Amino acid sequence: MTGKPARLLFLLPVLALGALVFYLAKALDPDRDPARVASALIDKPAPAIDLPLLETGGGRLTNADFGGEVVLVNFFASWCVPCRIEHPILMELGSKHAVPVFGIAYQDKPEDAMAFLAEFGNPFRRVGQDASGRMAIEFGVYGVPETFVIDKTGRIRMRHAGALDDATVEETLLPLLTELGR
Amino acid sequence: MRGFAPWLFGAALLLAAGSAVAVEPDEVLSDPALEARARAIGREVRCLVCQNQSIDDSAADLARDLRILVRERLVAGDSDDAVRQFLVDRYGDFVLLRPPMRPSNYALWFGPPALLALGGVAVFIYVRRRGRGAVPLAGLSEAERGRLDHIIADEREG
Repeated sequence: MTGKPARLLFLLPVLALGALVFYLAKALDPDRDPARVASALIDKPAPAIDLPLLETGGGRLTNADFGGEVVLVNFFASWCVPCRIEHPILMELGSKHAVPVFGIAYQDKPEDAMAFLAEFGNPFRRVGQDASGRMAIEFGVYGVPETFVIDKTGRIRMRHAGALDDATVEETLLPLLTELGR
Repeated sequence: MRGFAPWLFGAALLLAAGSAVAVEPDEVLSDPALEARARAIGREVRCLVCQNQSIDDSAADLARDLRILVRERLVAGDSDDAVRQFLVDRYGDFVLLRPPMRPSNYALWFGPPALLALGGVAVFIYVRRRGRGAVPLAGLSEAERGRLDHIIADEREG
């Protein structure tokens, strides 16, 4: 009973405590947001988009509009406050970085969405209307704004829930776009 | 006894409040069997806006949209599993309040029972060793017995 193995047993609780502390410390990481969940659609083909265009004159927004380019798809709404906060960033992505950005107006009245774009500028190549919010559900959207990166083969490569910020754009989004060969 | 009734009433009210659902009358299907299936699914689907509520409990717009979607798919003839899979394909396993058993979350399912079993084994070994440890104390050797007799005899004389 007094051999070495028995004495090593006393280390067991210490090791268990160590493991516990490790995982609890990980959970306390201020950068970790438990409410933020990875999209189930990462690396999967983007859902088939077929929405009426917001711009007058009819026509529809479909995946064919992406033209085999790396594109951003941004769900927004005129009634959404964080969308106003992120809007300048979308404008900059469209103008300064020449990224093709497509908009989907989520559960918005067409006239409200158009007034929103008239007031703050239109960063989108084309805008589809998702009045029912069904297209958003196809994309697994929790709430606006959400932004998706779709690669040349039409697969979703990144999802950002909530307003885009400069740090995300500089550190994650632009490097990814470069990697995807824009 | 008179002071007890209001408490009982209050408790009954609280219980009733706990079972309230956010399903609105205009969403309810006319077919009670389908509606019952929709409720059973809705109770187990997470509202992604207010993440610790089911879509049946939540008043969020997205929860309402998902409740309507669940009903539409049931009316269209989908099985319960097909409806759940439809949601999982878009929102991931996280959308299910009861996580499915998969290799990636075996630790979640088997961790607690494994720890309990480990504790049980540890207690079993500890108890057995303690019991066995008492045995070697039972006997005295011939020499010890002789010495003991000698000491006792000495004490009797003294």
